[in-house]
Amino acid sequence: MNTPSPAPVTAALLHLLTLRWLTGRRLVIGVPALWLAGAFLLPFLIVLRISFTEMEGAGFGSIVSYSDGLLQLKLKLSNYLFIASDDLYLLTYLSSLKYAAITTVLCLAIGYPFAYFMARARPTIRPVLMMLVMLPFWTSFLLRIYAWKGILANNGILNDLLQALGVIAQPLHMMHTPFSLVIGMLYAYLPFMILPLYANLVKMDVRLLEAAADLGATPLQTFWRITVPLSKSGIIAGAMLVFIPAMGEYVIPALLGGPETLMIGQVLWDEFFTNNDWPMASSVTVVMVLLILVPMAIFNKVQAGQQENA
Amino acid sequence: MNGATVFGRWFGRSWLSLGYLFLYLPILVLIVFSFNDSRQDMVWSGFSTRWYSALLVDAEIIAGFVLSLKIAVLAACASVVLGTFAAFALDRYSRFTGRVLFSSMVSAPLVMPEVIIGLSLLLMLVSVQKLFGFPERGMLTIWIGHTLLGMAYAAVVVRSRLQEMSKSLAEAAMDLGCRPHQVFFLVTLPNITQALASAWLLTFTLSLDDVVLSAFLSGPGSSTMPIVIFSRARLGLDPRVNAVAALTILVVTIAVIVSSVMLARAERRRQKQIAAAFEADAESLSSTIK
Amino acid sequence: MTTPVPAASAGQPFLLIRNLVKEFDGVRAVDDISLTIEQGEIFALLGSSGCGKSTLLRMLAGFETPSAGQIVLGGADIVKVPPYKRPINMMFQSYALFPHLSVWDNVAFGLRRDGMAKDAIAAQVEKMLALVQLSSFGKRMPHQLSGGQQQRVALARSLSKRPQLLLLDEPLGALDKKLRERTQIELVNIIEQVGVTCVMVTHDQDEAMSMATRIGVMSEGRILQVGAPGDIYETPNCRFVADFIGSVNLFAGRVTVDETDYVVIESPEGLHYVSHGITGTLGMAVSVAVRPEKIGVQVDAPTMEMRASAAEHGYNCAQGMITAIAYFGNETRYHVLLDSGMEVRVARTNAARHDSSRLAREQRVFVWWDGADIVVLTS
Repeated sequence: MNTPSPAPVTAALLHLLTLRWLTGRRLVIGVPALWLAGAFLLPFLIVLRISFTEMEGAGFGSIVSYSDGLLQLKLKLSNYLFIASDDLYLLTYLSSLKYAAITTVLCLAIGYPFAYFMARARPTIRPVLMMLVMLPFWTSFLLRIYAWKGILANNGILNDLLQALGVIAQPLHMMHTPFSLVIGMLYAYLPFMILPLYANLVKMDVRLLEAAADLGATPLQTFWRITVPLSKSGIIAGAMLVFIPAMGEYVIPALLGGPETLMIGQVLWDEFFTNNDWPMASSVTVVMVLLILVPMAIFNKVQAGQQENA
Repeated sequence: MNGATVFGRWFGRSWLSLGYLFLYLPILVLIVFSFNDSRQDMVWSGFSTRWYSALLVDAEIIAGFVLSLKIAVLAACASVVLGTFAAFALDRYSRFTGRVLFSSMVSAPLVMPEVIIGLSLLLMLVSVQKLFGFPERGMLTIWIGHTLLGMAYAAVVVRSRLQEMSKSLAEAAMDLGCRPHQVFFLVTLPNITQALASAWLLTFTLSLDDVVLSAFLSGPGSSTMPIVIFSRARLGLDPRVNAVAALTILVVTIAVIVSSVMLARAERRRQKQIAAAFEADAESLSSTIK
Repeated sequence: MTTPVPAASAGQPFLLIRNLVKEFDGVRAVDDISLTIEQGEIFALLGSSGCGKSTLLRMLAGFETPSAGQIVLGGADIVKVPPYKRPINMMFQSYALFPHLSVWDNVAFGLRRDGMAKDAIAAQVEKMLALVQLSSFGKRMPHQLSGGQQQRVALARSLSKRPQLLLLDEPLGALDKKLRERTQIELVNIIEQVGVTCVMVTHDQDEAMSMATRIGVMSEGRILQVGAPGDIYETPNCRFVADFIGSVNLFAGRVTVDETDYVVIESPEGLHYVSHGITGTLGMAVSVAVRPEKIGVQVDAPTMEMRASAAEHGYNCAQGMITAIAYFGNETRYHVLLDSGMEVRVARTNAARHDSSRLAREQRVFVWWDGADIVVLTS
């Protein structure tokens, strides 16, 4: 008999492997963990590394060099120094924070009462109300932003309507202004605020409100002292779901924004696609990640709390 | 309704109506103007379906649509599989090393700006390409990005369903002789099919609609439909885009309404059956007393 | 296939639990428990929530691994055996019927895992459904069943594999009162008909007392007393058990006379004559336990003829005022505030429809009891 054919050997090895090492638990945790490590963690580490280099010809330099028996780690901080010193970058970061904050506040101001009244509606029409919110959510985000171009343009229907009604004589310049940006952001992110708030409010124990009324609280007092505090986790979840992605939003500023509305998402895009300066784009990314670390930690905490409590 | 005053009810109705108006008006405008017989965009000059026929010969959009569809189907399948694994891991195993890191990584794409995800993924793929000469930027790389995003959403949907499901079911299955993997296939899986379906649809839609990730991760000749639409939208208004929008809205609306109605009907039937069972039991109880 | 377990040989207990311990984060939920379960009996673990009874049951099923100790079934330690290999089946408190399977498939589920032949499975499923009187319900889905029907399916399912040991987790917890009484009897009948050994867990003493052949009272991870319902009720071994099962009056006193066949205990309420000897010493501090239904109450002092023995006359008696009356239809409970300051509870069956000797609040009465009805407790 010569050497055994490879197939039974590999089969036996596989069998041995699965028997001892590859338990179900390891598989269930390991497969997604491996994927995340490769598609999520590794890219970030690479971005971090590249941010410490500069463009060198067609590619970028290396941060580790070995010569004369000496292993050197060279971190070029020039990109970060540039970001810190350049007014444009600072302004852009602040501007992004500003618009993200405005969007979040507006979404909360409009979305909270919306979710509240949805939750208070008769149980039979609640699913319909929910469906009516979901419908725009499922429709293409890009197309819905595009719609606003047609509405807010100088020859768009809003101007046409206002002129026809005689409210204005000349068309209002609304496109590519902070106004159009905020409207677009609000429009895009409103469902993201409404849905977690609704999910939270609809689960609220109605008896708590009845108890408050029984003890003499007016509807307004009940709202501020009981409903709002109890929906805290929904508010935070919704706020984070709006604020964090809004900060790095690209599509809306690109389509509806203008020269006064610089957002960091655009800067990143331009750095990368137009300037082809990858190390710069990486540093911008790293700083953006640092900026959103705290809100993300808050979001994670609220998410974890909700999921453990369920 | 408690504490509901007349004013409160009126206020609520108005707020909801105005809110829905705000949400739907742009959609209606899109649809209406897709039938506008004029290149001059927002000026109505007659009803026409010429933009729909224009779509039929628009090779760029059709190619983009086909590509988007392919990627969306593949990304949805992968997202659901990976998302279910992750949801299961987080739900069943309360303690394992790196659980906090795992959990944060799973849910991070939900909120993280897509430009960050897109850039990092692309840089990694480029580095990998330098080392191994593979993969080329194109359908595969876009699929990777969409799956990463979709996995986060799928995990949320499946996990919430797993948490609803009673833990005793898995224990009962084991008690009756099921090994752990049999428990998953014979008991857990059949009871989460609805969640799996909604996760699939959600990630499918997400992938179909994605702009930023696709733009970062696409290569020459692999433009998805959103990329095509986006580049046209940047240049100005294009009624063909309106036509695409109208068609998309139509499909989505029909799908959402049909599924909602079906679900509502199934739920009503179920409730009737439960009520009937309890009535029968009450009857038999009272009959023994006679 | 479940691992075959050798039948219990004569003299060897059917199920032996030896020094079982379960720790969670440093807290002992089950603290060194040892028990023997006889074949064919219905054993109830009785205790309030958090006492560790459910943890103990889950360790028997195999869902929790003990921190220490052994579980010996038919001579073999099954602690390391996973639940799907144990010849033990459990009926869950929430029934845990598989919602996606019909009644028939639910009951057949365990049999299919064993790889039984199709017609053998069919025969067994029919037999089980007939046992719980649900023969025509095979095609129904769990949500189409009422609570009582769901429970019967759960029972049929847990018995379908003819387990060596049946575990019941709060079997009557989810039912309302009327249904509970009926189900108690049915359940015991079925279990005895099948002849399976059964360990059940409950916090409801009525359930335990009426269903079990033996009861183990648990508290804080330990077993306080094991015995037949009557023994536990009439002869509790400590204050906790005496107070946990039913209600009890506890007089605090000191042993003043210690003889082999009788004991006298002095307490602020008076002198107690116990007509049996106790293991104790003179001067020891003890509790005198008397159940409410063993106490007689009337306006006049008890005569010598009403006493069990002449020796008891003058003892086991006290005076007080009725502070509250609770009428329950079949019985009336009186709260009597004795002159010593202690409040006793007295229970009296309303044996006749009209009672001429009806008592009223704020009436001064005598309470008295027999020396044989006293249990002396030292802990």
